[in-house]
Amino acid sequence: MDAAERRNARLLEGVRAGVPFAIAGGMLALSFGVVATGSGLSPVGTILMSAIVFAGSAQFTAVAIVAAGGTVGAAVVAAALINSRFLPMGVALGPSLPGGPLRRFAQGQSIVDASWAIAGRGDGTFDRWLLFGSTAIQYLGWVCGTALGALGGGILGDPEALGLDAIYPAFFVALVLNEARDRRARGVAALGALIALALVPISPPGVPVLAASLAALVGLHRSARAEHEARIAERER
Amino acid sequence: MSTTVAIIAGCAAVTAVIKGIGPMALGGRDLPLWFNSIVVLLAPALLTALVVTQALADGRHWAVGADTVGVIAGGLVAWRVGSVIACVVVAAGVTATLRAL
Repeated sequence: MDAAERRNARLLEGVRAGVPFAIAGGMLALSFGVVATGSGLSPVGTILMSAIVFAGSAQFTAVAIVAAGGTVGAAVVAAALINSRFLPMGVALGPSLPGGPLRRFAQGQSIVDASWAIAGRGDGTFDRWLLFGSTAIQYLGWVCGTALGALGGGILGDPEALGLDAIYPAFFVALVLNEARDRRARGVAALGALIALALVPISPPGVPVLAASLAALVGLHRSARAEHEARIAERER
Repeated sequence: MSTTVAIIAGCAAVTAVIKGIGPMALGGRDLPLWFNSIVVLLAPALLTALVVTQALADGRHWAVGADTVGVIAGGLVAWRVGSVIACVVVAAGVTATLRAL
C-alpha cells in the first residue's frame, strides 16, 4: 500500500467512525432547522448558518438569544463562549498538523468534539485523516438535517419527545469509558465533571466545559509529583 | 435580513478563530513530554464536562430529568455491552419512554 492509499484508508475509517455521530447530529440539526425558522430566521439563512458556522450548541444559543430580543453582539459572545472548548482542543491538535500557519489554521476548522476524540491516538498525538473523515460525514449530516428541518418543518415531530437530546451525552459517555482506562484519567474525568457542575449556576454556558480542561493540568501535576517521589524513594533504597 | 447576515458572519468568525488559533500557533513541531501528557488527560476532562453539562443541567441550573436517566442507561449499556450504537438507542429509547409516561 502506498502513502496515498494508506491516507485514503484512514480517511474512510474516519468517515465510518463518524457515521453514528452524523446520524445523531443530523437529528439535532433537524430540530435546529425547525427552531431557527420558527424563531424568524429564513430557511435559506438557517441552512447557510449551519453550512458556514457548523457548531451545534453555539447555533442553538445564538438563535435563542436573538429570538428572545437580545443583540447580535450578545449572541456572538455567547456562541464564542460555547465554542471556547475548541481552544484547548486546537492547542492539543496543533503539533500533529503539518504545513504553514495558514494551512494549519484551515485544518483546525475540522475540529468538532467527536472527531477530536476519535482522532486522538491516546499518546497526545492525533491522526488528522481520521479527524477529516469523521468531520466530513458529520458536516454532511448537520447541513442536510438543517435543510430538512428548515424546509420540511416538523416531519419527525418533537425531537425531545423522541429522546434525541439524550443521544449526544450518551455518545460522550461511551467515548469517556474508552478514554478513561487508567486511574489517573478516571480521576481527571471526575474532577472535570465536578468543576463543570460547580460552575453551571454561576457562569455563562460554555465556560463550565472550558474550565474543566484545568482538570488535565491538576492531573498532570499530581502524576509528576508522584513520579518525583517515586524517584526519591528509589534513590534512598 | 441584515440581522441574519450579522449573526452568521459573527458566529462564523469567532468559531473559525477559536478552532484555528491553536493549530496556527503550535503546529509542525514536537512539544515537550509534559505537553503530550496534558493532551492525553484533556479528553476525559472535556468529554465528561460535556456529559454532565448536558445530562445534569438545563441552561444555568442543575436539572435531573428523563434525559439524565436515559444517559445513565446508555452509559451502562456502553460499559457492559461495549456497543456505541446500542448505548445511543437505549439512551434515546429510555428518555422517550419516560417522557411519554
